[in-house]
Amino acid sequence: MTVASPSAVAAPPASTTRRAGHSHLPGRRIAYLYVLPFFVVFAAFSVYPWLATAWVSLHDTRLSTYHQSNWIGLENYHNLFTNKFFWNAFRNTITIGIISTVPQLCMALGIAHLLNYRLRGRTFFRVAILMPYATSLAAATVIFAELFDPKLGLVNWLLHAGHLPTVDWQGSKWPAQVAVSAIVTWRWTGYNALIYLAGMQAISADLYEAAAMDGAGRWRQFLHVTLPGLRPTILFTIVVSTIGAAQLFGEPLLYHNGLPDGGTQNQYQTLGLLMYQQGWTNDRLGLASATAWTMFLIIVLAVGLNLYLARRRVRRDGGHRRRMTLAAAAPEVSAR
Amino acid sequence: MSGHKVGVLRGSWLTYLLVGLVTLVSVFPLYYTVVMASHTNAEMAAGTPPLLPSLSIVDNVKKALELAPLNHGLINSLIVSGAITAGTVALCTLAGFAFAKLRFRGSNLLLGICIATMMVPLQMGVIPLYMLMARLGLAGHLSAVILPSLCTAFGVFFMRQYIASAVPDDLIEAAYMDGAGPLRVFLSVVVPAARPAMAVLAMLTFLTAWNDFFWPIIVLSTQNPTIQVSFQSLATGYAPQQSIIMAGTLYGTVPVLVVFALLGRQIVGGIMQGAVKG
Repeated sequence: MTVASPSAVAAPPASTTRRAGHSHLPGRRIAYLYVLPFFVVFAAFSVYPWLATAWVSLHDTRLSTYHQSNWIGLENYHNLFTNKFFWNAFRNTITIGIISTVPQLCMALGIAHLLNYRLRGRTFFRVAILMPYATSLAAATVIFAELFDPKLGLVNWLLHAGHLPTVDWQGSKWPAQVAVSAIVTWRWTGYNALIYLAGMQAISADLYEAAAMDGAGRWRQFLHVTLPGLRPTILFTIVVSTIGAAQLFGEPLLYHNGLPDGGTQNQYQTLGLLMYQQGWTNDRLGLASATAWTMFLIIVLAVGLNLYLARRRVRRDGGHRRRMTLAAAAPEVSAR
Repeated sequence: MSGHKVGVLRGSWLTYLLVGLVTLVSVFPLYYTVVMASHTNAEMAAGTPPLLPSLSIVDNVKKALELAPLNHGLINSLIVSGAITAGTVALCTLAGFAFAKLRFRGSNLLLGICIATMMVPLQMGVIPLYMLMARLGLAGHLSAVILPSLCTAFGVFFMRQYIASAVPDDLIEAAYMDGAGPLRVFLSVVVPAARPAMAVLAMLTFLTAWNDFFWPIIVLSTQNPTIQVSFQSLATGYAPQQSIIMAGTLYGTVPVLVVFALLGRQIVGGIMQGAVKG
């Protein structure tokens, strides 16, 4: 595989498929047969459940009466939007989302810049920073829960050793949110650094040489060559991280020993966790389904906002718009 | 990805220091798991916490194995991840080939739908999916985890991008001229040419399936768990010992980390190619 285009996850190479000369390729029917298995699996285990969730969200559904539940219209949504637990989870999802992605992506950018130097043992470094990505969410959370343990944890010991006040990383709101975010950050920073590194290596060396000729130092080269060249990649990682953050579930669940309350005061309960609690703990499947659809709409709005802001920015700068897709997104999105 | 570009700066000692620091932060929690797994709660709470592992880790692993069905989980995870990987690579290569090289009505629309669905959160379908599995009598069975992941939108898109640029049309046309049928062309022209991308997809899919948590925890029980689900049994009981939890977590994590270290170079390459492949 070669680096084909400087724009990470750029537009599909439409030219290769639209070019004339396909007359010898086989007919249409066989193509449908080839994509059929994918769409059968997809329809049965994705599309049907999504639509059914919408249907369930309009009913008062319990596990025992799943197939004969009462139509209640939008009452689940009404209950949800007037419920303080929903708004608490909504706020937590946003704050944890910001704490877990903004520093993460900034650090990933810095690390990618470092890895872009000519280094001895660069394969070793790249594999090492990807080790957290290979560690499962379940294992990473259990490990970090111990590191942040108020009594036995290394973090508080270090604080104590540095004559700083120790922190209740489980019970107090912001420290707990920071701890949960630390797990996400630890697992994904290296992965995003490699994505940025790939983007950086696709930037033409001529641009750097031209900038150097104009007397730009390293820092100015980074600002005026690297960052603009990486813009599509950065936008892509922001979109993927937004999607991941909006459905955050496993880390806050396991950080409280598998309880879906997100801490005794719900201090780090996310929307994903709230939905799990409504559905599987409280047997309110209709309400949980309403939460699920609300989460989807929030993601669509958040992603749309990201793309809108990015596009407006690009237009203002006079640059050309790049199409983007969610190519490398799936491993990240589905692993969360 | 290989080879140095002209003009790429050599790293200074400061670069090595910073990269070394990042490496340390990435790896230290895993090392410290070994330390935590070999010391009791009392030892960890001591004035100066230990920094080196000890041999009592062996006993702690044994105790963890009595507490949680870790071996059962490892075997189940191997079955589940293996089946998902085989299915995903086969079906996504087939669909990716059709999208890349065969023209058919609605192909762009179908591909667009396929990509847009990556935005849908996992939570969107779990309740009806669980009911569906229960109705099919599959709740608690490994096939309930395997079936929904048998092919992914990402896999289809990934293979489509690769095949579109790596398999020349002429090659396919020539095979047709020689009288090969569609399946024959797929197996003897497309699959050999797409092998590098299939390997990358296989590694990423296996890792994702192995580490998957959300759906398995809902549809499986600790009676028949994947490794991620079997971790849940470690913390149960009165006053759980962190050393045993850590020993069990380590036991269930080391196999995949070893495989990852062996294939690390390829996985790194795959992630970077996936990011830039246009």
